[in-house]
Amino acid sequence: MNKHLLSIHDVSADDIVRILDTAESFREVGTRVIKKVPALRGRTVVNLFYENSTRTRISFELAAKRLSADVINFTTSGTSVAKGESLKDTALTLQAMGADAVVIRHSSSGAPLTLTKWVRGSVLNAGDGTHEHPTQALLDLYTMRDRVGRLEGLRVAIIGDVLHSRVARSLSFALVKMGADVTLVGPPTLIPPDAASWGVAVSYDVEEVLPKLDVCYLLRVQRERQRQQYFPSVREYARLFGLTRDRVGLLPEGSMIMHPGPMNRGVEIDSDVADLPQAVMEEQVTNGIAIRMSLLYLLLGGRAEEVGADA
Amino acid sequence: MPDALLFTGARVVDPASGRDEVGDVLVSGGLVRAVGDAPAGVTRIDCSGLVLAPGLVDPHTHLREPGREDKETVETGCRAAALGGYTAVSPMPNTDPVADNAAVIHEVLDLGARAGLCDVFPVGAITRGRDGGSMAELGEMVEAGVRVFSDDGSAVATPRVLRNALTYVKAFEDVVIAEHCEDDSLAADGQMHEGEHSYALGLAGKPRESEEIVVARDIAVARLTAGRLHLLHLSSAGSVDLVRRAKAEGLRVSAEATPHHLVFTDENLVTYDTNFKVNPPLRTAEDRDAIRAALVDGTIDVVGTDHAPHAVEEKEVEFDQAPPGTIGLETALAAILTHLVVPGLMSLGRAIEVLSTAPARLIGAADHGGPIEPGRPANLVVFDPELEWVVEPPFASRSRNSAFLGTTLRGRVVHTVYRGELVVADGKAQR
Amino acid sequence: MSPATILDEAEIRRAVTRIAHEVLERNHGAGGVALVGIAARGDDLARRLALEIERIEGASLPVGVLDITFYRDDIGIRAEAPEVHETRIDFDINDRTVVLVDDVLFTGRTIRAALDALVDLGRPRAIQLAVLVDRGHRELPIRADYVGKNVPTRTDEQVRVCLKEVDGEDAVVVEEPGGSA
Repeated sequence: MNKHLLSIHDVSADDIVRILDTAESFREVGTRVIKKVPALRGRTVVNLFYENSTRTRISFELAAKRLSADVINFTTSGTSVAKGESLKDTALTLQAMGADAVVIRHSSSGAPLTLTKWVRGSVLNAGDGTHEHPTQALLDLYTMRDRVGRLEGLRVAIIGDVLHSRVARSLSFALVKMGADVTLVGPPTLIPPDAASWGVAVSYDVEEVLPKLDVCYLLRVQRERQRQQYFPSVREYARLFGLTRDRVGLLPEGSMIMHPGPMNRGVEIDSDVADLPQAVMEEQVTNGIAIRMSLLYLLLGGRAEEVGADA
Repeated sequence: MPDALLFTGARVVDPASGRDEVGDVLVSGGLVRAVGDAPAGVTRIDCSGLVLAPGLVDPHTHLREPGREDKETVETGCRAAALGGYTAVSPMPNTDPVADNAAVIHEVLDLGARAGLCDVFPVGAITRGRDGGSMAELGEMVEAGVRVFSDDGSAVATPRVLRNALTYVKAFEDVVIAEHCEDDSLAADGQMHEGEHSYALGLAGKPRESEEIVVARDIAVARLTAGRLHLLHLSSAGSVDLVRRAKAEGLRVSAEATPHHLVFTDENLVTYDTNFKVNPPLRTAEDRDAIRAALVDGTIDVVGTDHAPHAVEEKEVEFDQAPPGTIGLETALAAILTHLVVPGLMSLGRAIEVLSTAPARLIGAADHGGPIEPGRPANLVVFDPELEWVVEPPFASRSRNSAFLGTTLRGRVVHTVYRGELVVADGKAQR
Repeated sequence: MSPATILDEAEIRRAVTRIAHEVLERNHGAGGVALVGIAARGDDLARRLALEIERIEGASLPVGVLDITFYRDDIGIRAEAPEVHETRIDFDINDRTVVLVDDVLFTGRTIRAALDALVDLGRPRAIQLAVLVDRGHRELPIRADYVGKNVPTRTDEQVRVCLKEVDGEDAVVVEEPGGSA
């Protein structure tokens, strides 16, 4: 496997299978009384979160701690990050502290790649701008495979603001790589103009797509996008594309509803629908820890590369 | 239920079926029927010397209701339309309140249905309140039956808003975004076309470029989005050239011209007659001739009246105080016949095509525009192509501001059949 | 030089039978005993052992599989992170005598990791070790309680255990360095 995980394109289909299989074992660790193994004892994992995200940061933190690694959290408030220290200086500081891995979430697309220039350890992308969120895609693949037993030929619709969603991008690329059938659904203004080259189908008619799905994957629709005029109102969005109580009946028996969180209840998904048994958002969160443990283990469990020409 | 009507000996001009021949047309139970099926008590209407065509369709009109019922109501506007041979009209959304939501759309539809004189296909606003910035709930209006959106009166403020609108409506079938192409910064304060006449008259002018810049901008956005764009009331030769090139490129762009832009020029304004004050302004003879040629060669697809009623007291003021606009529903057909068909610039078939068939397709009025054949709804016009008349009040429209006032036109509507009913008979409205 | 078979199918069978008897003897029966095989192949051996004990004593022992990858002491030293297998222990190990079962005992590091893993899972009353082959060269103070066969080897040789469940045949083979791995 690659030294870094910046994008889904960094992992092959075989790598993905290995990541998911390894995560099975880590999920089992999560069921033990002592949810800890010494695999990464003595290693240091840094969470560098420029964007507020309690859920993802806690998920990575737990993953590292359950592997017995030491965890340092750099978040946007109350640290040098807030005082305006540049990414480069922060990186060099982490480097001096001996970080084996840096998990970075940043609002600028490409920040993780830039970071690899300044740190020697492994860099994991926990979400960069509107570019990618590979660990989310992997935990979603894991959840799907776990429930359905396969990924090949799986019929998945990704519904919502695809254009601005790094989750949608990583997930689409990952699903296509694993042989699934993906359809993007949403107002045309929120479907990427280059979607045709992704190997996916596009539809603007949610009711036509729902009856033919194994997985209905909903994306959060931000009010910010309405202010930017991609659609006229939240009301109209919910009417045309929301997974309402009425529409849920169109999904086939045994299909699942997923969402990367946090949800806008009443916008992309009705409150009642979010609480149905076929909505597996809680499993996604649990699986997130196992997947992140798997990634940290696979990235740090091998020999660290020889030190390159470095400061 | 209307009586069965048999129109005999008419010259049937029906571009949708390619027909141009003398014949009979039977109407019964709201539909066109096979002539052989005429029942015993059928009313025979002699149409020798008259032309029978599909009812005209106006893709661009202002009915002023809700909000300015003093100038026009849906009922009076539809009556004017029927007298002009129209069986379908598309009112623009610059009413008060603006037609930017399903509620106003439904109100206009109801008013049209109650008037029962022609079909009404309301145009929805692109932006809320026509403010140019925030997208209106287009999906909701599509559900109410709207197929064309426009902020007519203004262009959409930025390319971004237009881009979003053109992209967003791809989710719906056959929806068109129609633009009034005018750049406010260049056109500001202009009263007429900027040229030798505006200078001579001491009036601020609107240069051609104030339209052409927005035409070019909008075509570029249409290219970016591969969207369906329609350009309203073109007034300049430059705009026509841009549209011609866009069509040659394969872009989904269509265009409209008004009767007054096909007939008059800025020279008509030398008397400061506010009936000639329109927006976009009447331009030079070169512009007018370019528009005529474009209408003939298909670069311009439809004729829209831009029927714009204004109260008498609003128009009978100093030139710069008057609002722009001319009424046109009752004179459109005659204007086209007189100034384009009679002089041989355009065939009668093409005239019917741009007044009926093409606009019907544009606005999605499936029951209009022909073909005239058994089983289809009977929306027809019968007119006398030779009859000369002087344009003067009283008009069916509540307003009198006609650019054609006092002129003699050749061609007049005799009968208008709306869903099988004779709503205009012998040139008189029946309701 | 071609690989040498040091245990064939019959000898493996006899070794498993003898170990089964020894486990029962040492623990005075099957009460409170559980078998935990170390993945991979240790678990197949553990299942065979359980079947033998059931045949001999009529008692059905709980069998689990333990993956020790996360407890290895060489994580971060080899080129790639070591391959992970399943851990499944569906019974409570507290207060039981757990017999760890593995195919080959060599440096003792695998067993050290297994002890740490087991201790994180509970507190057995006692832990015993059964191996099919002890090839010597301990690097830690670890010894087996039950041994199928003691096989002296050079450190550069490879000892390969093949089991029908995984490899299609039963055999223990010693290979020269550079032989098939």
